[in-house]
Amino acid sequence: MKKYTDTGKKDTRSGFGAGLEELGKTNENVVALCADLTGSLKMDAFKENHPERFFQVGIAEANMMGMAAGMTIGGKIPFTGTFANFSTGRVYDQIRQSIAYSNKNVKICASHAGLTLGEDGATHQILEDLGLMKMLPGMTVINTCDYNQTKAATLAVAEHEGPVYLRFGRPKVANFTEENQKFEIGKAVQLTEGQDVTIIATGHLVWEALQAAEALEKDNISAEVINIHTIKPLDKEAILKSVEKTGCVVTAEEHNYLGGLGESVARVLAENMPSPQEFVATQDTFGESGNPLELLDKYGLNAKAIQQKVEKVIKRK
Amino acid sequence: MSQTQQLEDFVTQVRRDILRQVHAVNSGHPGGSLGCAEFFTALYQKIMDYDTNFNMDGKNEDLFFLSNGHISPVFYSVLARSGFFPVKELNTFRKIDSRLQGHPTTHEGLPGIRVASGSLGQGMSVAIGAAQTKKLNKDSHLVYSLHGDGELQEGQNWEAIMYAAANKVDNLISTVDLNGQQIDGSTDTVLPLGNLKDKFEAFGWDVLEIQKGNDIEAVIKGLEEAKTRTGKGKPVCILLHTVMGNGVDFMMHTHAWHGKAPNDEQLETGLSQNPETLGDY
Repeated sequence: MKKYTDTGKKDTRSGFGAGLEELGKTNENVVALCADLTGSLKMDAFKENHPERFFQVGIAEANMMGMAAGMTIGGKIPFTGTFANFSTGRVYDQIRQSIAYSNKNVKICASHAGLTLGEDGATHQILEDLGLMKMLPGMTVINTCDYNQTKAATLAVAEHEGPVYLRFGRPKVANFTEENQKFEIGKAVQLTEGQDVTIIATGHLVWEALQAAEALEKDNISAEVINIHTIKPLDKEAILKSVEKTGCVVTAEEHNYLGGLGESVARVLAENMPSPQEFVATQDTFGESGNPLELLDKYGLNAKAIQQKVEKVIKRK
Repeated sequence: MSQTQQLEDFVTQVRRDILRQVHAVNSGHPGGSLGCAEFFTALYQKIMDYDTNFNMDGKNEDLFFLSNGHISPVFYSVLARSGFFPVKELNTFRKIDSRLQGHPTTHEGLPGIRVASGSLGQGMSVAIGAAQTKKLNKDSHLVYSLHGDGELQEGQNWEAIMYAAANKVDNLISTVDLNGQQIDGSTDTVLPLGNLKDKFEAFGWDVLEIQKGNDIEAVIKGLEEAKTRTGKGKPVCILLHTVMGNGVDFMMHTHAWHGKAPNDEQLETGLSQNPETLGDY
């Protein structure tokens, strides 16, 4: 099995910040809006170096989304920055009408997604955002797995015409994908080859899936790990090709099992190749305060949980 | 014919278009539309600099955003009669496969529309964004927006009002259609707006009032005055006093026709009070 090395733990939000700063230098149409979370979103460098293109809107996310929609008129490419909860649930109607239905070229960049936001607790730990965003017609939905991929995705979405939801997180996690990688929106990345099970993971759980695959190898179970960074449009071909070979699948995401990646994969399989599937996701619950690693363990969102679901799904083949 | 007479004829025809659009599909919002016929006519026939060869980016032209999208009949009529799309297309209003959706949208590609509206309270934010982009693009043209008075009950407006003043968005003229009515009754009975002039001023806007919002000359004078107040560090607000249902006697001074279509007989009465001027579609 191909092995991946953690080159040093880094937060995905810093990958966003680095990508945004690079865009500041390379694309004069890129503008950034932030709702009083500049430091948290790692937008400081862009703010310092391109102050005329940085818009501090205050704690007013609805206005931020509307302004971003308006700023596209005249050719700007707005990147909005706030936590995932305030980027989606709080402003769903603004995104729906002024951005998605109006087909505005806005990049909604959302940090602190999921349980790994940690100690602030459930008020801030949105586990429903992928569902909210993927249901909007025309919205591209991306959830990146590490620093390098988040930086690459940030650069890529600027080149994409149309609204995008880009989701990343707070904690420092393994940085294992290639530096300066090419990021193709809608294209799954196959990380390992395997015969017995397909593990489809997104976001922080991609690294956990790799750890699970290594552990499973010791038990002579060969897992094919696929990194689905783009939840919508979903790479149907990659999913079907792998599951045709392995005959079963485990999906893994830091999100509610209702409305997330797992349900999208289940739909593709139901329509084309009904197959046993197990879901590593939260079970229709809110989160709680705690250390991120402890939370992932309690809610069953880590390598250990993936491994258990693999053992279960293989028996259902 | 005097220019004022020409504009009044235009307004009369717009009123007919509003009544006929709404009557044809037995749905839509005639009251607020009729109240704003003079405002739209002034804006598109006299005040704004725009290109009917529609380009979404709208560089080097004035832009207008309708926030209270339910008054689409007046917007569609004025856009069509100003050359954005064929006037006869007004007969597709609210029908299946039409570009003239119940509330305005960019989704069907109707020229003249730059953002969807209908869910209230969002238009000022969009207008501010467009105004900021004009500044970045060194484009000295202005951005106009229109809002219902009842619509100001939506909190997003106040986020936008605070932002625009704090950031000196002084290439924006936002007009509030002050007709004092909303669906459930008068704004005073539903949720009083208080003194809007004081409120906008307290937020740091330059406010002017047009007392006769259904007098075309007064509206043009007010809009021209508003233009002279742009570029001075403050966003500009116009409080436009109008009568809901203006020009159709039985629709005036009531919220009853906010979202209700006239029947055949009522249509005839309304049309007889507004004789054909530019030709029906």
